[in-house]
This record gives sequence, structure tokens and C-alpha cells, in this order.
Amino acid sequence: MNNVVEISEVSKSYEDVKALKEISFEVEKGELFGLIGPDGAGKTTLFRILTTLLVPDSGEAKVLGMDVVENYREIRPILGYMPGRFSLYQDLSVEENIRFFASVFGTTLEENYDLVKPIYQQLEPFKNRLAGALSGGMKQKLALSCALIHKPELLILDEPTTGVDAVSRKEFWEMLHLLKHQGITILASTPYMDEADQCDRVALMQNGKILKISTPDEVAQSFSSTLYGIRSKHRFQLIQVLREYQYVKSVQPFGESVHYADHRNDPDTDDILRYLSTHGVEDAEIKKIDSNIEDTFMELMQQEESHA
Amino acid sequence: MPEVAIQTRDLTKKFGDFTAVNQISFDVRRGEIFGFLGANGAGKTTAIKMLTGLLSPTSGEGSVAGHDIHSESEAIKKKIGYMSQRFSLYDDLTVKENIRFYGGVYGLSRHILRSKYDEILEKVDLKDEIDSRVGSLPLGWKQKLAFSIALLHEPKIVFLDEPTGGVDPITRRQFWEMIYKASEDGVTVFVTTHYMDEAEYCDRVSIMVDGKIEALDSPVELKRSFSAKSIEEVFIELARGAENSDG
Ligand SMILES: Nc1ncnc2c1ncn2[C@@H]1O[C@H](COP(=O)(O)OP(=O)(O)OP(=O)(O)O)[C@@H](O)[C@H]1O
Ligand SMILES: [Mg+2]
Repeated sequence: MNNVVEISEVSKSYEDVKALKEISFEVEKGELFGLIGPDGAGKTTLFRILTTLLVPDSGEAKVLGMDVVENYREIRPILGYMPGRFSLYQDLSVEENIRFFASVFGTTLEENYDLVKPIYQQLEPFKNRLAGALSGGMKQKLALSCALIHKPELLILDEPTTGVDAVSRKEFWEMLHLLKHQGITILASTPYMDEADQCDRVALMQNGKILKISTPDEVAQSFSSTLYGIRSKHRFQLIQVLREYQYVKSVQPFGESVHYADHRNDPDTDDILRYLSTHGVEDAEIKKIDSNIEDTFMELMQQEESHA
Repeated sequence: MPEVAIQTRDLTKKFGDFTAVNQISFDVRRGEIFGFLGANGAGKTTAIKMLTGLLSPTSGEGSVAGHDIHSESEAIKKKIGYMSQRFSLYDDLTVKENIRFYGGVYGLSRHILRSKYDEILEKVDLKDEIDSRVGSLPLGWKQKLAFSIALLHEPKIVFLDEPTGGVDPITRRQFWEMIYKASEDGVTVFVTTHYMDEAEYCDRVSIMVDGKIEALDSPVELKRSFSAKSIEEVFIELARGAENSDG
């Protein structure tokens, strides 16, 4: 049996909201699987079903072949779950928190120290500090260490790096790759598209449905038009002016440059530059670029919104 | 309103013998979008709490909107807007009740509140949700609403502590358009973020490491002086050297 997670036609509603609409997908053993989608897409509901905290209205969800409703007792010890909201005891110290989680699962900090070391080590200088007095990102790191301390077979991470700084995010993902190589299956949601890029496969979710499941490369390449990067010192003005252009399809700021797509098949870039300069943006530079996963994700989200 | 919106000199905060903010000195110009970056635990939130009058400094000086942070914190609170890290309004109140509540806090007249109210719903596109509990709204909407409410009393300066953390790519961009709008209206924006592409949208950026400000300049100048292609590279180079912070 190669699938660690099997979800088939799972639906779940809260009062009048359909949080999940017949979702199906599988995650293989040792896979690093990413779920991306805006808040309210249904990611957390799905995670709560997989972690046996919530029962689906219909459909079936299995972890290592065991049904999440019938076999919840067997499933819980092999899962590591890091919820989006903090799961820490604010009035226990850093060290007390991790020791507490270890003991709940019948293990010790020493026994699995190597597993949590890359992240936990960064908190050790502060091990006597109360969790409540940690900075936002430090709390995330402690919560992850606590989810990992019992060496789970399946790790479910709900936006684990929200609030985590750019350096630590890199280290965090390096650690996820290490865990993956030790055979741990990982299902993680993230609002960072550079992280989605590091997954084996990603599912894009919105409004309780899966819009697409594929490798990050395939997702990135499935952007529907030719894409241009345009740069100008007057970025805000550039965006405003481009939005008024007669052929405009999409305009999105991306740090230093602006990503632009056009309704024409083979737009004339000189024409675009001329238009910009007659509207006050004279220093613009334009070049064809490859689309990335964030471009496609935004495009799919907007299509879905206009259908919904 | 002076040309300098925020000024600090050797501003410091210690918790016991741990120094969270270590003698920081900087000026923020009026109308500027100022990006306040740093690794986790670098001291950003602590500094913001001192500037907004929520925490008293251990030593050093500071002024916000021309008022001294030691002696005039009440006056400062009236002139600024503040979105705290993970601030999310009152989850149990509806959108309408939240706006009313904050209108009351800021002492707005019924007449002004009425017009602000429509303006906000328009701006945040929440017309259909006025009677929804804020707790049931997607995070990105909550953050946009919280920002509008922070601007309710027309403050000259707003402090936004990680307003886009966890917000999806489209809503995050809409949030930054709101920041640009506010800045065009002359509001000084002091903002923290861990999204390095957002750092590029700021007029100037400071990078804090272990309680100190290690770099402060426009994104273009920072990249030039560190020979870096992006602010992310600059950030990583500076934050890797950190000792105190957990990064
Ligand atoms: N009340 C407190 N008691 C003890 N230490 C504290 C207290 N408040 C903050 N600290 C410590 O001060 C340091 C700076 O924290 P701060 O919250 O300012 O960081 P930050 O830059 O906002 O980080 P993040 O990006 O994670 O939000 C951290 O080491 C934190 O644990
Ligand atoms: Mg903070």
C-alpha cells in the first residue's frame, strides 16, 4: 500500500456553508504535498477531518489504510499535527512545552532530539522563557517542534511558516526535505508560493473544491497567456495606467516588476511601451518572462471567482 | 504636523537582562511608506509597542506625530492607527458592530460615523456582509476591514504589524493598494512584513537584527550597497549573522 492519505468524495458543511464539496485525492508515502488556497477554501476543515477531529458528512478519508472515523484511536499516535492557531501552553516554558508533548506520546525529548534539532536548537537559548513571551515566529517554531517530537509517520502542517522570517523559512523547508527523506509523509498548506514550488505536488483549493492538482512546474506553465515583466521607477502609476490599456488582461505587482498579460496572441511590445510613455510612464522596460506558480494561482482564483 | 512623523534616539527595551530593542535611532518622514523588517524575535513588535504607547521604554527617546513617547502617550494614541500582529477585531461582533464600536472608541460623531461607514463598506467590498460575524470572514477580508477601521479617525500615522501574514496572493496585493492609497492621502505608513516582495513596495526599509537596526535605505540603494539582486538577499545576508534572535 503506497498511499498514506486517501480522500474520496469528502463533503462537509457548517450550517449554511459548504466547506468541502466532494474532494478526492491521494498522497503517496514519502511525498511532500502542498495545499494552497485562500483563507476559507476548506484547507483547515480537510486537515481536521484527516486528524480525526471532525467527521465528514459524506465520503471517505483514510490514513495508512485506516478510516478516520472508525479507527481514530489507531490513527492519532501516528500523526503529527500543527494547527494554524497556536497549540502551545502559553504559561509553560519552551522546554516544558516540548517535554509535555513528548510525554503525551510516550517518548522523551532526548529520544527524538535529532529529529527536531534543526529548529528546536534555535529556541534553546530561550528554553526557560514562557511560550507566551516568544515572538510570533518563535512560537511557530516551537509548535512545529512539538508536532514532530513523537516521530509521526504523517505530518500535517496548517500554514506552518506564517509569520516566520525569510531565513527561518528556508531552514524550515530544508528540514521538511530531510524529514521526507526519512520516509515521513508531509501534507502542508502555505500562503507562500515559493514554498509551494518546493512540494512534489500541489493542490490548488478554492471554495471547497480542488481547482488543480499537479507538480509545481506544470502548474506554473499552465498560465494561459504570454507573460511580460515590466519595470519602471513609477510602479504605482505603471499599474494604474496598464489597467486602462485596451488590451489588458491582467496586471499584478511582483516586487520590483509588474507582471502583465494581454488579450492579444502576439502583442507588440513597442506598442505597449508607446502607450505607457504617452500616459506618463516613460522609463518602462519590458521583457517576456516565464510564468510562475503564483501567476497561475491568481489566474485560477480569479476565474473561479467570476464563475462562483 | 512636523516633517518628521516618527523619530527615535537610542530607544531601548530590556526584559530583565535580555535586551529586545537595543538603542535604535531613526527618522520616518511624513507620508512615507516605511518597511520595518527583521528576523523573528529581532524586536519589531516590541519597538512598535513603545512607539504606540503600549510599552514604556527602558531608555532612549522617541516622538510620534510630534509627541514625546514618555510623557504624551495618550495624545499619540489619538493621532495614530494601529493594527497589531494577529489583531482581528472582535470576532463575535458583526462587521457593522465592529465599525460602530471603534467609532465610539475614537469619539466620532454619529454623522461622521455614518459617512465613514459607507466609505469602508465600499472600499473593502463588504456590503453583503455587514451583519456577518467578523469571525466568519476570510482572513484577508478581516485584515482589510481592520486596516479601514484603523484609519477611521483619520490618523496621520498608521502602524501595521504584519498585516498580510497568511493572506492569499490576490488579497495581499489588494491590501498593498490600500496602503498606497493611504500614503497618497498623506498618511505615514509604518509596516512590518516577512514577504520580501512587499519590502520592494516601501519608500524606505530598515532591517533589524538582534534588537539593532543594521541597515536603512531605499530598496534600490540597499540592493546596490549589498550588491544584491533582491531585498530578500540583503535580508538573508544580514539576518544570518544574528545571535540573539532565533534566526
Ligand atoms: N514580555 C516579554 N518578556 C520577555 N521577553 C519578551 C517579552 N516580549 C518580547 N520578548 C522577547 O523580545 C524579543 C523580541 O520580540 P518581538 O516580539 O519584538 O520580535 P519581532 O521582531 O516582532 O518578531 P516576529 O517577527 O517573530 O514577530 C523576543 O526574543 C521575545 O521573546
Ligand atoms: Mg512581531
